[in-house]
Amino acid sequence: MLTLSFALDDPAGNAHSAARWTDLVRRAERGALDFVTLGDSFAPPPPGSAGRLDAVAVLARVAPATRHLGLVPTVTTTHTEPFHTASALATLDFVSEGRAGWLVDVSRGEAEAAAFGRKPAAPEAELWAEAADAAEVAARLWDSWEDDAEIRDVATGRFVDRDKLHYIDFEGRWFRVRGPSIVPRPPQGRPPVAVALGAEDPAARHELAARHADLVLLAADAGDARRATVALRERVAAAGRDPEAVRVLLRLAVDLGGAERPPGPPAPAAGFRGSPAGLAALLAARQAESGADGFHLTSAAPAADLAALVEGTLPPLRARGLFRTEYRGRTLRDHLGLPRPASRYAKEAP
Amino acid sequence: MTAGQGRPRKRVHLAAHFPGVNNTTVWSDPESGSQIAFSSFRHLARTAERGRFDFFFLAEGLRLRERGGRIHDLDVVGRPESLTVLAALAAVTSRLGLAATVNATFNEPAELARRLASLDHLSGGRAAWNVVTSSDAFTGENFRRGGYLDHADRYRRAAEFVEVARALWDSWPAGGPPRTVGHRGPQFAVEATASLPRSPQGHPVIIQAGDSDEGREFAAATADVVFSRHGTLEEGRAFYADVKRRLAAHGRSPADLKIMPGATFVLGDTEEEAAERAAGIRRRQVSPQTAIATLERVWGRDLSAYDPEGPLPEVDPVPDSDLVQGWAHAGDRFGVAAQWRARAEERKLSIRELVIELTGRQSFIGTPATVAAAIDEFVQADAADGFILVPHLTPGGLDEFVDRVVPLLQERGAFRADYEGGTLRHHLGLPAPRGTRAAADGELAAPGRPS
Repeated sequence: MLTLSFALDDPAGNAHSAARWTDLVRRAERGALDFVTLGDSFAPPPPGSAGRLDAVAVLARVAPATRHLGLVPTVTTTHTEPFHTASALATLDFVSEGRAGWLVDVSRGEAEAAAFGRKPAAPEAELWAEAADAAEVAARLWDSWEDDAEIRDVATGRFVDRDKLHYIDFEGRWFRVRGPSIVPRPPQGRPPVAVALGAEDPAARHELAARHADLVLLAADAGDARRATVALRERVAAAGRDPEAVRVLLRLAVDLGGAERPPGPPAPAAGFRGSPAGLAALLAARQAESGADGFHLTSAAPAADLAALVEGTLPPLRARGLFRTEYRGRTLRDHLGLPRPASRYAKEAP
Repeated sequence: MTAGQGRPRKRVHLAAHFPGVNNTTVWSDPESGSQIAFSSFRHLARTAERGRFDFFFLAEGLRLRERGGRIHDLDVVGRPESLTVLAALAAVTSRLGLAATVNATFNEPAELARRLASLDHLSGGRAAWNVVTSSDAFTGENFRRGGYLDHADRYRRAAEFVEVARALWDSWPAGGPPRTVGHRGPQFAVEATASLPRSPQGHPVIIQAGDSDEGREFAAATADVVFSRHGTLEEGRAFYADVKRRLAAHGRSPADLKIMPGATFVLGDTEEEAAERAAGIRRRQVSPQTAIATLERVWGRDLSAYDPEGPLPEVDPVPDSDLVQGWAHAGDRFGVAAQWRARAEERKLSIRELVIELTGRQSFIGTPATVAAAIDEFVQADAADGFILVPHLTPGGLDEFVDRVVPLLQERGAFRADYEGGTLRHHLGLPAPRGTRAAADGELAAPGRPS
């Protein structure tokens, strides 16, 4: 069974109305996609852009209008407080009742650094090492309330069992965070963490993926996908984790001809341009070749290509038994087949 | 609008405070629901919108409170991140204002201004920001920046933060393109370009809580709404007159700033029933354990050996105690303790009875008719422009008020029968923000230069 996800990012800008966002995610949910992603950045919008809304806000806004679709915003780690990031994503998990994820990214540019004015732009390798610390802090904060911390014990007057609330006491090169979280443990325990990865990325980004990612969005040429997938799983194992507990999704830029193209660069060489049914054949073949778990599709015309995908690509995949006809579970972890993790602070049952 | 004979009846403004986390919220009641499930937020917000309230209000806490180095475990605890839950509430409401308390100490203008503008866009012009600051190192332990802010700089930071945020909100007028905002001041040195065009309200509504002299001045210069402390009618009139008088010096008129004290309410079919219910709620808010914990915050020492149903301790307070963390400082501990002892002796009160009597009293207790009349009286007498109501139950604590009191306020002509506009600014009767007016006139305000 394929894991299929779609990037909602529109090169013309992400300042759509709430109604348009709602239409988009409902379309994705009609297709029973695993999740959608929405990118974000503090960089000035490119000339001619309609603007860029905060990605967590957009996906929180549409969460009540959907019931199953996973919602995975980008939150960057370079200038944002890790404590706020963990709180916002835990909250997205609550308002979506267990459908949040986090696509980790960094702020590379001088412009972003100047917008905050607190530190200069840093080399990319350093930014990813800092992002790994932010991911560690988020994971610890999400675990800092054990699942049964809230007791409401009238006899003793206690609302919580404070032995089940934990300081995380993280100290790293860039920040310290004491904890515990202000938000109780999210419905999924820990919202899945996604990292986009390519061969040219610095080692620190690969290291972050190996240590923290539940989802890797892997950029690899067709001929290299199997080797890259295997290499990634080895790296996960070397980090002491179960390589099967990471979903590896190949990134693919698609152009299904669903709409007039805005002027701009053509789809990248690694991408697919053709009919929706042709895409189905390609996805089936490439998954078989690569051993990857599925795909993360991007498009220069996301609204039209998402419609074409749902109407033209998913039915032939279903006919081959490669994609679900309807959702079975409720949470993003359910869709991905990833178990809900226990809190690292919970004591083993005696 | 000026006070005086023959002026039209003022309209009451109403907001709903999510009961959230502290001992105002009774969690031992069988009707008490989840403090964190989205369904609780949806219920409260929809009830407020059904009652045609101006806005829904969320408080903030960035560190769990402690006693003796351990998490305080007696009160409701655990809350969502405000702006994210409000974005979701924008999907299940259509007119209600959505107000988030967000700390200016542990955020940066470029990021927060953008998050607020995003909420304003995604809600069709319903966003508000309650600006608070914090200087304590205790909360700072959760943040990169630590607790570095001098207490004296708190309002300076808040003012400079709002100035930069407003410059960013003004920097991308309709039709574009965006201009880069440069700002260099004691708190911030930034060069930022907005990533969003002007939002529906131009500027989200700014709320300020706190009634110190500095707070009043900040409100008069900057805020659209003051979230003040509720007291007697005379105290309210004095505060109201003082804050409104300060507006002229900032080129603003009295209607440009709404004064909305936080208030609680208890209803009954008769006055006696309401009083009985109020007493019952107070007893559940102040459990025996909470009574001792409250006393410890004044005394600054471990009083766990004392009987909550017994007399007050003979021992003196510890002036520089750090026994408790995360509450406002108790102030002059000896003075407060002396007052509390005197009251307990005079009225022959136990520890718990005293705490019930002295802390967190309900503002409006009575039948729907008397409560509606009292609220209207405060507003018509210029002791307030309205109230931010704090129910004591999640999520049903506002139902009865909306069902029984709101219709009476509407019958009196003191409250809107329906929403008359789409934005929170419209509900509150606030003028368009200054930067936006200038932009609309084709005269762009020079952004970001400290004046």
